Order: sequence, then C-alpha cells, then structure tokens
Amino acid sequence: MSFTVLTPGLETTVQDLGRSGFRQLGVALGGALDPLALQAGNALLGNAPAAAGLEFALTGPTLRAETEQLIAVLGAGSAATLDGRPLPRAQPVRLAAGSVLKLGPLTDGARSWLCVAGGLALASVLGSCSTDLSAGFGGLQGRALRAGDRLPVGPLPPAASRLLEQLAARGALAAPWGVAVDRAAPGPLRVLPYADADLRGFRASGWTVAADSNRMGVRLQGAALPVEAGGTRLSAGVAPGAIQLLPSGLPIVLLADAQTIGGYPLLGAVIRADLPRLAQARPGSRLQFEVVSLAEAEAAARLQEAALARLTLAAAARLSAWPWVSRTPAPA
Amino acid sequence: MSAEPVLPRVLPLGDAAVQVLLSEASVPDAAVNQQALALAALLRDAGLASVADVVPAYASVTLHLAPGARLSALLDALPPLLREAGGAASTVGRLIEVPVRYGGEDGADLDALAQSLDLTPAELVARHVAPVYRVAMLGFRPGFPYLLGLDPRLAAPRRASPRTRVPAGSVGIAGLQTGIYPDAAPGGWQLIGRTALTLFDPRRDPPALFAPGDQLRFVVESLCA
Repeated sequence: MSFTVLTPGLETTVQDLGRSGFRQLGVALGGALDPLALQAGNALLGNAPAAAGLEFALTGPTLRAETEQLIAVLGAGSAATLDGRPLPRAQPVRLAAGSVLKLGPLTDGARSWLCVAGGLALASVLGSCSTDLSAGFGGLQGRALRAGDRLPVGPLPPAASRLLEQLAARGALAAPWGVAVDRAAPGPLRVLPYADADLRGFRASGWTVAADSNRMGVRLQGAALPVEAGGTRLSAGVAPGAIQLLPSGLPIVLLADAQTIGGYPLLGAVIRADLPRLAQARPGSRLQFEVVSLAEAEAAARLQEAALARLTLAAAARLSAWPWVSRTPAPA
Repeated sequence: MSAEPVLPRVLPLGDAAVQVLLSEASVPDAAVNQQALALAALLRDAGLASVADVVPAYASVTLHLAPGARLSALLDALPPLLREAGGAASTVGRLIEVPVRYGGEDGADLDALAQSLDLTPAELVARHVAPVYRVAMLGFRPGFPYLLGLDPRLAAPRRASPRTRVPAGSVGIAGLQTGIYPDAAPGGWQLIGRTALTLFDPRRDPPALFAPGDQLRFVVESLCA
C-alpha cells in the first residue's frame, strides 16, 4: 500500500489538520492551508477528518500507485492526469496498481490537496503528521517530497474497499459523485483590525502576491506603508491570518507555518473563513482587503462549518449507500 | 491628555486568537513577564474548551481558539478570569546550567565582537556567564528561549550579512538579547560559542529543554580565543 514519487513538484508536503497544544514551545500550528478541502477529500473516501494527505503548490508532483488506491484531489483546478487521461476533480477516483498520477500544473489557484483512502501512514510527531519545513520534523523526515520517496498508505476504511471493488468490477475510473467545495464570493479578503491600527493606507493600496510567499506567509508587494502605522510593542503571540508590517513597510499575512511569536507591528488579521482563499493566491495576483466586524467574521465561519458538516454527511451517505443499483426491493 | 488604556488590555487578533496585554512598555521587564507566566498558567488551568493554545510572551498571553470555537464567547468568558488573575501565584522555574564552548570555530564572531566592544574575549565571556538569565518565553523556532538579563555592555548589532546556516546549539548576541539556536538555521546573530545540549527534540518528553520562567546560567566549558 504505497505511492512512489516520480517528480516531487514545488513544495509538496504531507499535511493533516496541524498540531495544536505546542505553540507555547514555539511549534507552529501547521496543517493544510485549506482545512476544508482536506476534510472534504477525507469525507469522500471514508477517512477520519484529520487523515494525512499531500498539499502541493503550482506545479504538483507525479506519483505512481504501487498498489490499487482510492483517491480524491481537491483545491485549485489543474491539468492533472491519470495515465494521460484527465483526472476528475473532487470525486473518489480508483487508481489501478502501476498507474501514474500527474497532479498539475495548477491553473486557477496556488494549491491543491491529494487525499488517499486510508490516509498517508506516517509517524505522528507532537500529535500530527504535518510537515514543519522550517523546524524540520513531521511528514516525511520534516521535508518536502523528493523523487524516489515512498509514501505508505494506511489500511482502507471498509466503505472505501467496497467502493474500490465496485469501481473495478464496472471498469469505472471514478464514483459518479463528488463534492463542490464552496470558495465563497471571490471578493476582497475580509480583515479584522488589530487594536487601534490605522488600516486606511493598507486598504487603499493595491497589493500583489510576492514570489517568495510560502506556507509561513503571503508577502505583499506595493507602495510601502509608513512603518509607524502599527506602533511598537514587545514581541507577542501571533496567529495565522495576522497581517504584520515588515521594516520595509510591506505587509506579510501569516499562514499556518508562521512563527508563534512576532515582534513586527500588527495591522489586523484576515478572518479564518478567508484563509483558504488566501492560500490560493498565486504569485503576481492582486489582493484586496475589506474591514468587517467580528459578528460578520463569525457568521462566515459558521456558514463554512455548516457547509462542511452537510458535505461530510452527504459523502458518508453516498459511500454507505453504494452500490444502489444492486439493491432489489423486498418481496411484498 | 488621552486616558491610559486600562490594563490588562484584551486585543483580539482576527477571529481565532486574542492577546491579553499586561503592559504597554516597549522594553521587557522581569516582573511583568512573571505576571504574564502566572496568567498563562491560570488560563491553562481554567481548561477552557474553546482554547487550543495558551502562549505567554514578554508582557502578554495569547489564546488561540480551537477549531469551531467562537472568539465572541471567549471574550465574554475572559473578564472574570482576568480579575482572578491579580492574585495568581507565580512560580519560580528551575535553574538550568548551559555549558558553552566559547570562541574558535564554535563562536566565530567572539574575537571581532570583543574587539568592537573594547573587551578581551575573556572579559566578554566573563560578562556573558555572570548573570542568571530568565527564560521569558519560547518562540521564533521550537524551543528557542528568549532570555532576559544580558549585560547591556554586551549589546551588539546583528551581522551585516546573515549566515545561511548557523549550527544547532550556537550561542549568540543580537541587540540586547542573547540566545541559543535550537537547530541549524539561517541567522544574523553574532556567534560567541556553542553548547552540546539539545534544546528541542519533538520525540522527547517534554520536547523543549527550557520552559518559560526557568532560570539559565551559561557555564564556560572551554574558551578558545
């Protein structure tokens, strides 16, 4: 039960839902930059919500399935192929042993996630399989994938085994259902201001995503802001979404792998519900920001959580109901 | 004249974290840090289901929400806890000795730094091992201790060009701070020595050698100048 990495792609890492409880030691949260996509993919396959998958950026890896696998790919649209045929997106797909999965390049976003029935079977470090590239632990030896790596897969959930058998018997590539992960309106990213920070200059500027953005943060390029806009405070705890003003006058929006303590002036924070959207911002793309209230932020989070809950239930129902065609009505 | 903000200040950072700020000062203070650590302990012991992480810093405590929890509910629950915190007992941390090989390959900047401070390398080292430092917080990298107590005479600017790789255990000075690199990383600190202690090992329990509130003393293992 494994994959072999043929080409690693750009910054492909093993991620689950991250490690909490260790931030007071300086350990980053980590985890999939779009936890909704990872959970939706896991739901499609009958996995636990936090089963580990692969996160990949822009180019994506090429993998060979050494054994039969059931997978789902969610996130940005891509030119992904399975043995040269277009790969269905956000659907359970059967990979025969020996088939080659080319995941990319991504076309309408920056990141995607590969979920595998059974999850990637890697040792949990501090409660998570997520790769912390900066600290060098978790995932596959704490690093991004390399050509030749072997990715072990855990035991198949029973529902996934049944689905695989049915797909194989029918010669079908994919189950005839999937999920639509709602990306919400493509408008400005919603921000809550920090303390008495003045966000007028920040909001008025046009920002583009810098090429040296990564899982630690999205760096913004544009007209530098006066650094005193954020004031000076002692280093304190920071969170994903936080917008820091660097000494250059350019902002950075922190992502899941960011440091736990920050000393740069804070302008505000992108709300939780919009972090998955931020993770899809490609280098060179333009970003806009709007200020919202905490009530609006929490309403957005509630909507997203409700959508994920519905989608998880629907996916579980589909899996357990399969195969509906072979069910015959009971005799009257 | 504008009114001083009432302390502690509760400052939401987005909808998933909140900082409780105990001082507006821009210079770290051991007594305020002690208060922050006591507050962090109290908030951790309160066992709030909505809180995933409690992160103390120099003069603040940051609470990170658990997935699905609501910041508005936490903001309602905080004031009574903060009132209680006034009387929180502070604990004295352990005293941990850190043996350091000063100078030579382990502390490549020792000689030049001593010269720029108008000290001999031995004098610089004597001043570095004299204080009992306080671990104010952990951050920057896993297990990295932010230390209070550096002799201001040893304050030094960062290197003009950061090294691309600083070996694990390197002991350095930057500004008014001295610290130890937990793992090999790029860095701009002036390196004066190196310790063989492992500051952070994710497979060890506890993973971090130091805890906030611990006291630390550097000890000369060797001096190569």
